Amino acid sequence: MGRYLLRRLAFLAVSLVLASVVLFVLLRMLPGDPANALTSVGAGPEQIAAARRSIGSDRPLPEQFTHWFGQLASGDLGTSFVSSLPVGPEVTARLNVTVPLTLAAFVLAILIAVPAGFVAAYHRRTWYGALLSGVSQLGIAVPVFWLGMILIAVFALNAGWLPSGGFPQDGWAAPADAIRSLVLPVVTIALVMSASLIRYVRSATLDVLGSDYLRTARALGESFGTAMWRHGLRNASVPVISILGIELASTLLGAVVVESVYALPGLGSLLATGITQHDYPVIQGVLFVSTLAVLLIGFLADLVQRIVDPRLRSRLSGGAR
Amino acid sequence: MSLKKTSLYAATTVAALSVALTACGGSSSSGSSGGAWDKDATVNIGSLYEPQNLDNTAGGGQGVTEALNGNVYEGLFKLTDDGDVEKLLAENYKVSDDGLTYTFTLRDGVRFHSGKKLTSADVKYSLEKVLADDSQSARKSNLKVVKHIATPDAKTVKVTLSQKSISFVYNLSYVWIINSEAKNLKTTEDGTGPYTLAKWTRGSALSLDRFADYWGDAAANKKVVFHYYKNATALNNALMTNAVDVVTGEQSPDALDQFKNNQNYKVNDGDSTTKLLLAFNDKAKPFNNVKVRQAVSAAIDDKKLLHSVWGDYGRLIGSMVPPTDPWYEDLTDVNAYNVKKAKRLLAEAGYRDGFAFTLDTPNYDPHPTAATFIKSELAKVGITVKINTITSDQWYTKVYQNHDFTATLQEHVNDRDLVWYGNPDFYWGYDDKHVTAWIKQAEEASTTAQQTALLKKANRKTAEDAASDWLYLYPQIVVASSKLSGYPLNGLNAQFYAYDIKKKG
Repeated sequence: MGRYLLRRLAFLAVSLVLASVVLFVLLRMLPGDPANALTSVGAGPEQIAAARRSIGSDRPLPEQFTHWFGQLASGDLGTSFVSSLPVGPEVTARLNVTVPLTLAAFVLAILIAVPAGFVAAYHRRTWYGALLSGVSQLGIAVPVFWLGMILIAVFALNAGWLPSGGFPQDGWAAPADAIRSLVLPVVTIALVMSASLIRYVRSATLDVLGSDYLRTARALGESFGTAMWRHGLRNASVPVISILGIELASTLLGAVVVESVYALPGLGSLLATGITQHDYPVIQGVLFVSTLAVLLIGFLADLVQRIVDPRLRSRLSGGAR
Repeated sequence: MSLKKTSLYAATTVAALSVALTACGGSSSSGSSGGAWDKDATVNIGSLYEPQNLDNTAGGGQGVTEALNGNVYEGLFKLTDDGDVEKLLAENYKVSDDGLTYTFTLRDGVRFHSGKKLTSADVKYSLEKVLADDSQSARKSNLKVVKHIATPDAKTVKVTLSQKSISFVYNLSYVWIINSEAKNLKTTEDGTGPYTLAKWTRGSALSLDRFADYWGDAAANKKVVFHYYKNATALNNALMTNAVDVVTGEQSPDALDQFKNNQNYKVNDGDSTTKLLLAFNDKAKPFNNVKVRQAVSAAIDDKKLLHSVWGDYGRLIGSMVPPTDPWYEDLTDVNAYNVKKAKRLLAEAGYRDGFAFTLDTPNYDPHPTAATFIKSELAKVGITVKINTITSDQWYTKVYQNHDFTATLQEHVNDRDLVWYGNPDFYWGYDDKHVTAWIKQAEEASTTAQQTALLKKANRKTAEDAASDWLYLYPQIVVASSKLSGYPLNGLNAQFYAYDIKKKG
């Protein structure tokens, strides 16, 4: 396990360095000049040149990269071209919205999808089993912004129970307000996420239900519940965990649509604003942090899978690879 | 002449002061008799324009003007919501005989938010900041006439111009007076206005607190929070759920019905200065031909376009000048909608069978809608329009910088921007030696009457020449909770004075 961890961490570090090179180069290939975002429509060439100098976009690319990477290595994400604010605290502030939003939606989605998926599989021949499958199928087709608008219309505009959007300016210093403003966004993401998860849980459960080992366990006298708990759940969770990892990672930045519908100052909207303003340090900062998060989530998903599934452990630590 | 002018200014000062005093008495008495409004209210303002940073000489954008102009920062003069220029931090000023030297006397007892007293050195610093090499102020080119700034004493600023500029005082209303010792102006502030910056949470909100040591009348509310939204639906939802009290400018008429028929809200139809232009490249074929431009202008039914975009809001203009500019004249009859005339003009210009051109269209509203409409209108007179959709960045480089276009769509937001037609190097390349001369003479005029007369002449000529096609003037729609009063209706040049806003408890 120790060697595996080391190897995995080294892989993580190399991936990060490679990713940062790629995203730096790709960004510079975008058309347009960040100096344009800083200058007004009446700006002359000398004003644009001054803007370029002030943000350093007039220097050669390798120099810009080493400068950025040097900062990065010392834990500094740089300073925004446009606002002059340091990017690090800005990203942290956005993570304060995005991480609770994503995690809460993730947990809620699991709480909905696992029992629903199980029921849809186990009772697939009953009307409610079929209904569950149908609803989840439909759920995959529902655009997230549309669901958001419906929820806002029902719970904010008509019932007036929850805010229609926004996040308190004091953030988590006003916990009740912060939580209230996240309820609808969390439900929106969770519903859409659980729709696809139900499909995965259902098919994983179906595999298990038809498996030989479950039949053997039952034949050896275990009750259905015990057999399912000891053998079924473990086996069913292996493919679901990797799907969960992917879902979680994509929600981190994919929440941008929900953030826009609910006017939340999250990571995705910071990225969107950064892109329209050609604010390279902000874009790089957000993408770097999210790359890191995605790699970490993948790493954790692997780890959890190994804990759940002893077969993976023995095969790899035995040096088979 | 100079004496007369000085005394004239002195007289207006007295008049203005007495008006201010009456207004003061008036408002306080109406306030106490009503007794309903809350002196310590928090006013929540919803907006789509978050500042990019807090410095208006470093690309802060429209949002920074909206939030900070007049609220946090003040100029020597201010542009009122009706378009008049009033003295603010300048208590008085004198203009020399030759019109080249302006002597400003500063108001007493003005303090910056940091506590420092306002002196002439701060004014000099602030003006120089706008004029600096690295300044990105939109007013830099207008203020280039400033040759020398002297500060004979702490209360007096003497500005010498290289040539006469009747708009100088007006342009000064855009120059924020900033503490010369202030640092980090992109993220903090040190102005003299009725509010201090409390907190700016990027991506979400910017809040202002009433400044206790303000030199003038204290703000009518204790706290103002600008809430920023990325889309109009979220903004209108916030207004519907009372998360915000007022929306600085509605961008589409679609959402207005829910407020119009609701007694809890008031929909205000103010005057805007934003014009939608079909701008021709007046130097390139075929639009270097006046008749072709006139034909295109006459072939497009602006009224129908306006109605399809804005319903019953907004208005038609026949020129670059909106009604709030002092030299406005109704020129909607010049090159009015007339398909027959358009066809005749095209034939005269040698385009009996029409022609084809590419219309560079910014990819955001309302340009794509307008482009499609123009395409179908011009098809009726035999002109084929190829719509080329571009981003605002591309527009800036291709059209504005390189003049590499045949025709384009663009919104022009500023007031008093007719003057661009006097600059043959501007992106649309309109070059008429009379208009150029009149606009130059107007700037060097000695009286506003002369200035107005000359600009009216220039405006009529550009309209007759169809220098561009001015499709329509945007409406300025402010929707507010009916608990609110005293908010600005016109929001000229994107400013939004919050200090008079009263909120019922």
